[in-house]
Amino acid sequence: MKIIVNGAVHETAAAELSGVLGELGFGEAVVSTAVNGEFVPASVRAHTALAAGDRVEVLAPMQGG
Amino acid sequence: MVQLYQVAVRSRLLLGTARYPSPAVLAAAVQAARAEVVTVSLRRESGGERSGQAFWSLVRELGVRVLPNTAGCHSVKEALTTAHMAREVFGTTWIKLEVIGEDDTLQPDVFGLTEAARLLCAEGFEVFPYTTEDLVVAERLLAAGCRVLMPWGAPIGSGRGLNNLFGLRALRAHFPEVPLIIDAGLGVPSHAAQALELGFDAVLVNTAVAQARDPVQMAAAFALAVEAGAAARLAGPIEPRDMAAPSTPLIGTAFRG
Repeated sequence: MKIIVNGAVHETAAAELSGVLGELGFGEAVVSTAVNGEFVPASVRAHTALAAGDRVEVLAPMQGG
Repeated sequence: MVQLYQVAVRSRLLLGTARYPSPAVLAAAVQAARAEVVTVSLRRESGGERSGQAFWSLVRELGVRVLPNTAGCHSVKEALTTAHMAREVFGTTWIKLEVIGEDDTLQPDVFGLTEAARLLCAEGFEVFPYTTEDLVVAERLLAAGCRVLMPWGAPIGSGRGLNNLFGLRALRAHFPEVPLIIDAGLGVPSHAAQALELGFDAVLVNTAVAQARDPVQMAAAFALAVEAGAAARLAGPIEPRDMAAPSTPLIGTAFRG
């Protein structure tokens, strides 16, 4: 199914958020996630089912002021 | 010492981590500033590039405390989600809360800010709200549970210094016990010294250091200015006056009488 990850279309075979992160190569990276604007803690990514068209944000530490 | 919620910090200079020419210069600037707190943010990460991972490793090696921001958020909802994400990634309940209301000035949306502050404080966040010098807004933020306020000096990145001296002095006078950190708009070390002379507890500087020709030297200069301003505040500055007052004693002046 097609979902949106960080603003770009992503074709995924995964049913859950953790699977999508694996597909994209995040592995053990320090990231935080949100689906459709709602924060999804790391502890529940494996149980967070995705639907076509869902908007996933994968954020990481970045420089800031 | 400045009390930031449960933490007392010695350094009165907080440093932003953005816009440096290189990670090495950033690291050297943090050390030259003798900063104990640096601000950080969250941005979209690419699984291939993983630039955020390298940055996070660098910051952890610096051994400083991080203050994550919600920069770029224009609504309460965005700010809340970002705060939750930041708490998980950075492992801190500190959050520099920004809710931007106007893009040309990056002026805070003080209505959204107070609402987001109320919700985050209720959840146990320790909120550092980026606000204006408005006294009523400050009162609302304190009522929401904020124990530190971060009024702007001038628009972010503008380098204009303390734009509204009257308003900032009033803010300091109205809330003598609240830690107040001037955030945004400082351009040169004398601006920072002035903020400390006025009684502000600390300043947060980013662009003025990061975009200087020599960021490391500028970081050191800001550190000196902040120390000078704090010492001057303790020493008790004289009041300005309109007329001259000779500093050299008049008694015994030659050629008179």
